[in-house]
Amino acid sequence: MFETGLTLNDLKFMGQGALITLQVTAFAVIGGTLLGLLFGIIRSQVNPWLTLPLVFLLDIFRSVPLIIQLVLANAFQAIVGLGLSAFTTSCIVLALYTSAYCTEIVRGAISAVPVVTRRAARSLGMTWGQDMRQIVFPMALRVGLPSWIGLTLGVMKDSALVGFIGVFELLKQSQTLITRLQEPMFILIVAGAIYFLLSFPIARLGGQLEKRWREND
Amino acid sequence: MFNYTFQWKQAMRGLPEMLDGALVTLQIAIISMVIGIIFAVLLAVARNSNSRLLRAPASMWVEVARNTPALFQIYMAHFGLGTFGIHLSPFVSLLAGITFNNAGYLAETFRGSLRAIPSTQLRSARSLGMGPIQAFRLIVMPQMFRIAFLPTTNQMVWAILMTSLGVTVGMNTDLMGVTQDWNNRSFRTFEFFAIAAVIYYLIAKAVTMGARLLAWRMFRY
Amino acid sequence: MIEIKDVHKSFGPLEVLKGVNLTVEKGEVVSVIGGSGSGKSTLLTCINGLEPINSGAILVDGTEVHARSTDLNKLRRKIGIVFQQFNAFPHLTVMENVTLAPRKVLGMGRAEAEEIAVKQLNHVGLGDKLKVYPGRLSGGQQQRMAIARALAMNPAYMLFDEVTSALDPQLVGEVLDTLKMLADDGMTMICVTHEMGFARDVSKRVAFFHKGILAEIAPPDQFFGDPQHPETQQFLASVR
Repeated sequence: MFETGLTLNDLKFMGQGALITLQVTAFAVIGGTLLGLLFGIIRSQVNPWLTLPLVFLLDIFRSVPLIIQLVLANAFQAIVGLGLSAFTTSCIVLALYTSAYCTEIVRGAISAVPVVTRRAARSLGMTWGQDMRQIVFPMALRVGLPSWIGLTLGVMKDSALVGFIGVFELLKQSQTLITRLQEPMFILIVAGAIYFLLSFPIARLGGQLEKRWREND
Repeated sequence: MFNYTFQWKQAMRGLPEMLDGALVTLQIAIISMVIGIIFAVLLAVARNSNSRLLRAPASMWVEVARNTPALFQIYMAHFGLGTFGIHLSPFVSLLAGITFNNAGYLAETFRGSLRAIPSTQLRSARSLGMGPIQAFRLIVMPQMFRIAFLPTTNQMVWAILMTSLGVTVGMNTDLMGVTQDWNNRSFRTFEFFAIAAVIYYLIAKAVTMGARLLAWRMFRY
Repeated sequence: MIEIKDVHKSFGPLEVLKGVNLTVEKGEVVSVIGGSGSGKSTLLTCINGLEPINSGAILVDGTEVHARSTDLNKLRRKIGIVFQQFNAFPHLTVMENVTLAPRKVLGMGRAEAEEIAVKQLNHVGLGDKLKVYPGRLSGGQQQRMAIARALAMNPAYMLFDEVTSALDPQLVGEVLDTLKMLADDGMTMICVTHEMGFARDVSKRVAFFHKGILAEIAPPDQFFGDPQHPETQQFLASVR
């Protein structure tokens, strides 16, 4: 039929890369979401003029290629003498990058909650905090989830770039195998399949959550 | 404080070449968008069609483009095709990868835009005696582009930023490639990439604002 | 002449046209009234071939609409149709909306098409809105534009599908006046409508659509004054 030099060991090798990919992604998504929540709430509640510097900063993360952000961060931490590993640097950069997009998602989701609903809550005597927790959060979550899932999947794909500053994620591992085995198409297809496998459950989970919410609404 | 002296003056010497690189970056982005849009329209139509023969490959393209890294798609063009003895230059592989990616994302955007157009528009056009292609071209497509304008602009900015990935397949004439060249020669990593970052930022902002201006002019209804 | 012969049509398991028979002569205005539902509208969309039929035949000037050999695009030049939703082409000005089909379908030159457009738009009272985009027009104005757009093709027949149902009450009058004017000009029209006053004043015959067939059809005086069919009587009583 067809033969390949790819061994089980090699698959394990790729698996290690996939693990790194997942780790970087997880860190970025968790860190980015927490920051995004903070910035998003600030953006939606505070006077736009005051948040201008924050907006400007976050906008930079979205207007400069990620690969350059990684290189710059890596160079900077070397200059300043932080001594961070490439892995750590990547996690931090990706987290900030994610937070820039997440801020917009959170802000949009919060503003999608009708003002009248929130006024009703406050009129009942609820504090700002209670309003946010009981009223805004559940409603905003439903609105923002699809975009958030999209962002998470996007970050997983962007994580491939950290290979450029020396982190051994999935695609970089695949590169090594290609150089050794000279079967680029096959190895890449396997890598692609792994990416699909990694993203599928997340997308599916999102779909199920949406479905469950729709039934209850 | 820093065990390092910033050599901005030295880095600025690379500026003219970097600006030339920025021009190449724009070229690649524009070409990839033009071809990408053409394919995206075809893909969107194919996905909405009733024939399985058209829908399946179109869906595959879109799914692969949207669920795998852009870098992966570029690698496929540059390394993957090597299995079949096809060796594309860095320029072509980068272009192919980004175009493939653009087409996939835009196809999904256009599909959504198509669905946002009431079917009664097509109906009215057909009732006036227009053939299906005529009706699509004169009535549906203009409205589709209008609805899809903002997402398409975002994709353009994306394409510009994506060109930086070319450096991984040996691209050295675009902004990123030139910057990397200077970096390799001088080891002034931070300065050169900081300048490159500023240039990318300015280009991205210019495109976004230009698009907003264009939209205001074109869609004044 | 439009001939509808024993037409049956189903949407999946649901049969909406259960043997419709109707002949409309040149110059006639026929109003079709009846309960809400898509039966009446479906009939109109079958006449210009937008919808297929399951059995029976529809002939327009002798040409069978649903025959394989019929060039529908060509046939539709003869039949103008105006829908409940105005369906203005939002990205074109009023003038462009009306000249589009004459130029692209009939191959007319721009000057010729614009001349016709201006004439029709003046006819429906929109002569001062040529360069305006439909988004800025009221519902009534958009609907009149839709009428002018259909008329610009110089059709032999005009079909109107509840063209006032989506309008605010105060805008209904201007559209009905336009229809009245067309009828006076001698246009052959089939109007599906809820406007009883219009049906009575303007039609040559009024038809009652009920349960998938035309249960009764008669000149207005007889239709409204002395309805024969029990369902017709019931319907007319309920709308009084």
